[in-house]
Amino acid sequence: MSGSSGSQRFAATLAVLACALAFPFLASGYHLYQGAQVLILAIALLGLNLLTGFNGQISLGHGAFFAIGGYGAAILTAKFGVPYWAAIPIASLVCFGAGFLFGFPALRFGGLYLALATFALAVATPQILSYKGFDAWTGGSQGVLLAKPHAPFGLLNADQWIYLVCLLCAAALYWAARNLATGRIGRALIAIRDQPIAAETMGVNAALYKTTCFGVSALYAGVAGGLSAIAVGFVSPESFGLSLSLSFLVGIVVGGLASLGGVLFGALFIEFVPNLADQLSVNFGESAKALPGAIYGLLLILLMAAMPTGVAGALRAVARVFGRGFASRRQSGIEGGGAASASREM
Amino acid sequence: MNEFLHQLASGLALGGVYAIMALALVMIYQATQLVNFAQGEMAMFSTYFAWKLMDMGWPYWRAFAATVLISFAGGVVIERLVVRPFAKAPVLASVIVFIGLALIFNALAGWLYGYSVTSFDTPFSGRPWFGNVYMSAHESGAVAVSLCVLALVYAFFRFTPLGLAMRAAAQNPVSSRLVGIRVGWMLAIGWGLAAAIGAIAGMMAAPIVYLDPNMMAGILLYSFAGAVLGGIDSPFGAALGGFAVGVLENLVGAYAVGAEVKLSVALAIIVGVLVWRPSGLFGRRLVARV
Amino acid sequence: MITRRSFLQSSAAAAAFAASAGSARAETPGVTDTEIKIGQTMPYSGPASAYGVIGRTEAAYFKMINEQGGINGRKINLISLDDGYSPPKTVEQVRRLVEQEQVAFLFQTLGTPPNLAIRQYLNDNKVPQLFVATGASVFADPEHFPWTMGYNPNYQTEARIYGKHILATKPDAKIGVLYQNDGFGKDYLIGLKDALGADHASMIIKEVSYETSEPTVDSQIVTLQGSGADVFLIAATPKFAAQAIRKAFDLGWNAVRYVTIVSVSIATVLKPAGLEKSKGLITAYYGKDSADARWKDDAGMKEWAAFCAKYLTPTDFIDSNALYAYGAGGTMIQVLKQCGNDLSRDNIMKQAASLKDLELPLLLPGMRINTSPTNYSPIRQMQLASFDGESWQLFGELLKG
Repeated sequence: MSGSSGSQRFAATLAVLACALAFPFLASGYHLYQGAQVLILAIALLGLNLLTGFNGQISLGHGAFFAIGGYGAAILTAKFGVPYWAAIPIASLVCFGAGFLFGFPALRFGGLYLALATFALAVATPQILSYKGFDAWTGGSQGVLLAKPHAPFGLLNADQWIYLVCLLCAAALYWAARNLATGRIGRALIAIRDQPIAAETMGVNAALYKTTCFGVSALYAGVAGGLSAIAVGFVSPESFGLSLSLSFLVGIVVGGLASLGGVLFGALFIEFVPNLADQLSVNFGESAKALPGAIYGLLLILLMAAMPTGVAGALRAVARVFGRGFASRRQSGIEGGGAASASREM
Repeated sequence: MNEFLHQLASGLALGGVYAIMALALVMIYQATQLVNFAQGEMAMFSTYFAWKLMDMGWPYWRAFAATVLISFAGGVVIERLVVRPFAKAPVLASVIVFIGLALIFNALAGWLYGYSVTSFDTPFSGRPWFGNVYMSAHESGAVAVSLCVLALVYAFFRFTPLGLAMRAAAQNPVSSRLVGIRVGWMLAIGWGLAAAIGAIAGMMAAPIVYLDPNMMAGILLYSFAGAVLGGIDSPFGAALGGFAVGVLENLVGAYAVGAEVKLSVALAIIVGVLVWRPSGLFGRRLVARV
Repeated sequence: MITRRSFLQSSAAAAAFAASAGSARAETPGVTDTEIKIGQTMPYSGPASAYGVIGRTEAAYFKMINEQGGINGRKINLISLDDGYSPPKTVEQVRRLVEQEQVAFLFQTLGTPPNLAIRQYLNDNKVPQLFVATGASVFADPEHFPWTMGYNPNYQTEARIYGKHILATKPDAKIGVLYQNDGFGKDYLIGLKDALGADHASMIIKEVSYETSEPTVDSQIVTLQGSGADVFLIAATPKFAAQAIRKAFDLGWNAVRYVTIVSVSIATVLKPAGLEKSKGLITAYYGKDSADARWKDDAGMKEWAAFCAKYLTPTDFIDSNALYAYGAGGTMIQVLKQCGNDLSRDNIMKQAASLKDLELPLLLPGMRINTSPTNYSPIRQMQLASFDGESWQLFGELLKG
């Protein structure tokens, strides 16, 4: 059974990749911008999922690492002339360091306490970014403007090129995350999440794994932040508020915790559902411009009620049901009770 | 010295609000092991409700009482309808639900009442108490109300059968069921109480910070810090923590690091306490036995 | 870059084309014989949602114009999208407006960071970014960004007016400043320091900032009083300005208080702070306050009252942001009227830069709006006013920033 699901997953991944590659040649600038945003969000969600889904450490403050990546890339390119393809890795390494360091005190508190501490981090981030002392680099509240990168040899326009760069990073980071998650390290992370004491007894160095995991997830957020700075062309403290961190959390839960493939659904949700809520609220009249927030909140709750394990979890459940249906029909084909047994499983 | 006393006084005034909010957070945490991120928005919505009543002509204390009662009922309803179904779901699903609730209340308040700043009446107007110059009449009144609420809640839990039943249900739901306590309803009443307490916090805060839909976000953060500082499973500690955070943020902002980084002070308090003494000043140390 | 010569050349060419084509229909996206599509981003959600009323008022204003027949037979279609005051979202929404909705131009996009984020894109694509809803001085820069035009009186200009007034009336003053920790607040510091100059810079003895996510600024006011300042500049948005005004009074602090024009509405700032406590406040004024009894029989105010009664709510009547938006709408209509049938982006920009002595119903008597290819700040005049407990009493003369 695992063989067929493995090949199913591979086929699905190939299909998604093919669509993603064809996209820049079919879509226009605005849609490409949205596509790049989805990929950027997916990268950030991958990192957060590793930390929260696989390792059980709840972080409500990943917007802070996203901001470090964004500002890092912006300052390096705009103020020091570093090309973007070097600035992003450098900035993300800084994020790794920051995440690793934050992971140390995080060891002492788990669960809800970590959520509280990271919530405070998210709220404090804009204030830290606009701190007077950093003004010379961060440009204070005026922010930093970045130039758009150009495709080599001018083969593609800026929008297409940025999208492809994001796609490349997303694919590479997804591949890395998948290897991490399905290998020894991934099993260690899950063990630490589910049975920390037993894992320690088995010789897993929980402290090292947890802090490194924090660092890695911060690195992912940093890459995403750097790419976002390039794609938008501008960073300012207002770009990195509390709602950003909260939307990351929403993304991984909607996509499905500990489901790397699910982050795509999560990213699509955070990118497009607010626009959807905007359009729905128009039906309530002109004065209801504030209402999209309520509709978004309502959709969140309904989604959680219908799919507590996220979209990926729901899809897996559906696939399981159909898989079982096929198997039993093959086995009991003569009896003709296959359909009946399949519906009973539902 | 004068300036110091002023900072202290205004810190205590808002500290009272943080104390009450921290108490509400602790009540829900003790019962469900969850932190209600929507507490602030619910309190803000209740405060707008009170404002609407007074706008229609109700006298203050009648509007106050009505708001507290309706908020209690609202809290019970929310627990039954929205929180209960997720009791078995992973913790994060509940966190998302709370975020959703917060968004809904914020947007509803904006839609129904608009976003401009509104003033909110206080029952404590007129001359400052005891002729002091450091706290306005309302600020003294707010502190007094906070202390009253704390005392009442303490008395409720300590001396009434219902309070005892709620404590039992929070500490040991299985055994409580065996003795006939309806644990589900205890949870609902806990939410109702927290919502009512939050409403009081909002009504005490609004005359100081002015009423607008985004009023409670900063207050919630400082209340979290207070609850963590005092110990998130100790009501007394959380309340004390609230007062302490109120005073600390003023003093640190004025004398130590400058007002630009006051929010980072809250962050530092939370991280610092959790590293040094995770159970807070007054919480119970939990030792996990292997 | 658009120079006077290229304006003339392009309008000459347009006129020739129009003559030859006969119907003079412009080939601007968003413009047809019956409709003009205008794009806008507004913070309807998020921390700046108090300004959402500006978008609503402008939508209502254009609705009124449409009901009166539109402009030159064309109805105005304002597409206003929420950006939550978040620059990445603003970029996305503006790209959608320009590339998908194909609007003719952008009107009154709100906020300094959002406008900074989209300015390069709009200038590169030659889409007019008209009358941006912010007083930041960076947006009146026709030399580098010819397609971006400001609207609000410049914050720095306003602060310079205060600085000059302090130097004139209280040359030995000790100044304390409360400012919001973003571009808006910092602009006031810059303007004030500019007016004081290097030799008087030491007059500012204390500067304290605050973040909008903080509940209150009471602690900051205590600090400022403790510094011994006797002049107090409040560069704060309405909620915090009200807190500052009230706390300063409660502390018994007898400083001369200057308040930013953004926070002088009698109904939404001074009443909550306390009318008695607001006595003596000084500001640089440019519009009429609807809660001020002196304008009760004023023709412009009556026009506003009638408009509100039909299209908005009583809360909006007293909201200074709504009055502001009414004026912005009027300015836009004037530009469109001046365009006539040539609604190309070039001409729209040209006409926006050719407003001559435009009078609006809600501006102070004697104030006029002027723009030119080198002057992209439509509102530059202000007059100092002092609050006497009931209304804002103008004094001095009309100053030009």
